[in-house]
Amino acid sequence: MNSRFYPLIGFALVAALLAFGISYMRTNSMNEVPSPLIGKAAPAFDLPLLNDPAKRLSNADLSGRPYLLNVFASWCFACRDEHPVLMAEGKALGIPIIGFNYKDEAADANRWLDQFGDPYSVVIADREGRVAIDFGVYGAPESFLVDAKGIIRYKRIGAITPEIIAFELKPRLAAMKGEGP
Amino acid sequence: MKLFSRFPRLCATLVVIALLLPTIASAIDALPFKDRAEEQRFQNLARQLRCLVCQNESLADSSADLAKDLREEVFEQMRQGKSDDEIKHYLTDRYSDFVLYNPPLKGSTILLWFAPLLILMIGAAIVFRIVRRRGAAPRTPPPAASSEDDW
Repeated sequence: MNSRFYPLIGFALVAALLAFGISYMRTNSMNEVPSPLIGKAAPAFDLPLLNDPAKRLSNADLSGRPYLLNVFASWCFACRDEHPVLMAEGKALGIPIIGFNYKDEAADANRWLDQFGDPYSVVIADREGRVAIDFGVYGAPESFLVDAKGIIRYKRIGAITPEIIAFELKPRLAAMKGEGP
Repeated sequence: MKLFSRFPRLCATLVVIALLLPTIASAIDALPFKDRAEEQRFQNLARQLRCLVCQNESLADSSADLAKDLREEVFEQMRQGKSDDEIKHYLTDRYSDFVLYNPPLKGSTILLWFAPLLILMIGAAIVFRIVRRRGAAPRTPPPAASSEDDW
């Protein structure tokens, strides 16, 4: 081949690399922090209930059945988009949805739930955000699907959408049902 | 001071901005360091850690709420006598290697670490080949310097 074309070939290779990078970034979000906790036991927690701080809820209370832990806060904008989805489709999942109120004022959170509705079986409050760090939470909303053995099976970073429920949550729940309790 | 007399207001504004700069530049909260060495160790560690919220900032620079919490966590663990590696491990257990600015050397990062060396070696090989070929080629007398064909 004529060596005159070498620079052109070099340019084409660099262009192909850049095109690959752009298309890769579209499908694989580089901003999402991958969770090292998937496939591992959910971190131990023991937190007060939002509406009754005298009562507490811990992992032990939840063992034996799968649940969805949904991190939300009244200051979180995306949670408002997510909320109607949980209200409409949450019950149909057939598992308890545990609200995890993240770094929020109890009064604000309660008002938020009064205003938009309460899709949760129970809401626990992590005022300081210490348990959230154990879960690797770095924003809201985030959701964790935990199985009957207390293993985290799936983490959603960002709002739960009807698509996430249909293509991510439901197939995993069906698979978990097959495993038995 | 000719400048000051001509643009007094501009100069005054610049002075105020210059005075405020240090407070803007540092996002570090007043943690109760016991001495300078402890503070330096903390700063050094926090600079190696990535803020998860604003991902182009280190834990040392970020003013995000979570970064503040994590700084306090790092500080407390330092006080408990944990080593830098133990603290990093605590964070990667929760937030994966993403939290480290310096990616660890392992199977999935071999290309990341050694690709520059590999590319350098390929380039060196190409240069070596070209140089050797030119050296082997019969020496042609340099073309007469003409004014128009300089390049």
